[in-house]
Amino acid sequence: MQRARKRVMLPDKRVSEEVLIMNELKAKPIYLDYQATTPTDPRVVDAMLPYFTEKFGNPHSRNHSFGWEAEDAVEVARGQVAKVIGASAKEVIFTSGATESNNLALKGVMKFYGKKKPHLITVVTEHKCVLDSARHLEQEGYKVTYLGVKDNGLVDLEELKAAITDETALVSVMGVNNEIGVIQPLKEIGAICRERKVFFHTDCAQAVGKIDLDVEDMNIDLMSISAHKLYGPKGVGALFVRRRPRVRVIAQITGGGQERGMRSGTLPTPLLVGFGKACDILSNEMAEENARITELRDYTLKKFRDRLADIYLNGDEEARVSGNLNVSFAYVEGESLQMDIKNIAVSSGSACTSASLEPSYVLRALGVDEELAHTSLRIGIGRYTTKEELDEAIESISVAVERLREMSPLWEMAQEGIDIKSIEWAEH
Amino acid sequence: MAYSEKLIDHYENPRNVGSMDKNETFVGTGLVGAPACGDVMKLQIKVTPEGIIEDAKFKTFGCGSAIASSSLITEWVKGKSLDEAGSIKNSQIAAELALPPVKIHCSILAEDAIKAAISDYKTKNGQGEVEAAE
Repeated sequence: MQRARKRVMLPDKRVSEEVLIMNELKAKPIYLDYQATTPTDPRVVDAMLPYFTEKFGNPHSRNHSFGWEAEDAVEVARGQVAKVIGASAKEVIFTSGATESNNLALKGVMKFYGKKKPHLITVVTEHKCVLDSARHLEQEGYKVTYLGVKDNGLVDLEELKAAITDETALVSVMGVNNEIGVIQPLKEIGAICRERKVFFHTDCAQAVGKIDLDVEDMNIDLMSISAHKLYGPKGVGALFVRRRPRVRVIAQITGGGQERGMRSGTLPTPLLVGFGKACDILSNEMAEENARITELRDYTLKKFRDRLADIYLNGDEEARVSGNLNVSFAYVEGESLQMDIKNIAVSSGSACTSASLEPSYVLRALGVDEELAHTSLRIGIGRYTTKEELDEAIESISVAVERLREMSPLWEMAQEGIDIKSIEWAEH
Repeated sequence: MAYSEKLIDHYENPRNVGSMDKNETFVGTGLVGAPACGDVMKLQIKVTPEGIIEDAKFKTFGCGSAIASSSLITEWVKGKSLDEAGSIKNSQIAAELALPPVKIHCSILAEDAIKAAISDYKTKNGQGEVEAAE
């Protein structure tokens, strides 16, 4: 885009406009933000379309074929979603997405069991919707323990064991972190919870389709899933709720009693068909896809490390999901870096992208220095990412980092051997 | 967030990036902000014996608005007396670059930076001399 803008200044206006158009076509934006959302797979869209038009029935209509047709489609989808996590179809409750599922899991379980067991355990690096649900519960008088994480982003299992008391009803630990992509030891956590007879909920919005999940093997009692993170449509998700031993939840949305009374409201058949199809694709293609994406991720990290000094990977390098690279480019502030590479869609852990001046709470929880937290980019690789796109992104990010470092007083000080921490900064 | 063309221009083609020797008596250096807050500005001025800012350089660690604010202020202070430069208000910078409300602190930092550079110069040279030169 930068190149395009300069060409417009050429004296021959007609020619320059043609060049501009050509360059704009060439400068197709590159999407590297697969943790934010994923494009809907065209195969998923194809499966959904008939359910908007000719197969539009209400799946809860009991007395005619339109209803039965929709109900059949919903039940197929329920089975497809269940299969990808090793559950049975009856244990899948459809919701509007992972935020609703997390709200239902935390508030629903605590409100059912809270009289005898008012204690909830979760982790400081959880998604905002888990933390905010926990805060609401605290305001209502429930007790919440927020576990810290080690500097690789993982939960300390001994700390978890020590936190569980006779009053603990629920432990909620996410499968894969949305910012840094680290994979929590779900099987170990599940075993601890089962032994102590505490329910285990896991937010797997970022995990389904990225890691192998089996609710039986891992002793998971509740699991939140989101469709749009796995190449399905936005606006739909699920909560797995175990039947044996049975987990009870108080509904947060009441009405016609759909979804076994746990979540009322007419089911959105086309979205569910799409969600099911997306899970079905994962059941068949997940292993191959993740192998390819892991290779691309490792390639990208190596290229950055070969080219640039002072870059740091945030979060554990091994216990990490295939498509996530969260890298701090020291001495370069994240938002200015994003501005320089506006043709590339990535996320930043810097404060400046939000109204608050606090950098990412997840990176801070890992003990990443605030100044390094401000320099982080999350690069998300997914189903449609090509090596060519990554090469272009690596080049463009590296050039931007080099340019901004030349402009950075902190880089200059580091080159002169001045320790930035030795300076008394006036915090503002 | 939509930024003004002026802001983007200063970000993409920043004026007066660089450093001067901070040990020279005719150079005043201001270093403001904090890495932990995501903004650090270093602004330097070269002052003639007559008290006129002959040259200005900056280096900034910060968001695009911080870089643009520092670039703009180096343009504005060149050729000005120390008092004129010291009277530049952050609101003028914010208005010129059409900074969104969450970025106003960047313009405040630029005002602080020039004031710090002037003060450094005056400390080095003795304030009375500068006043007399006007």
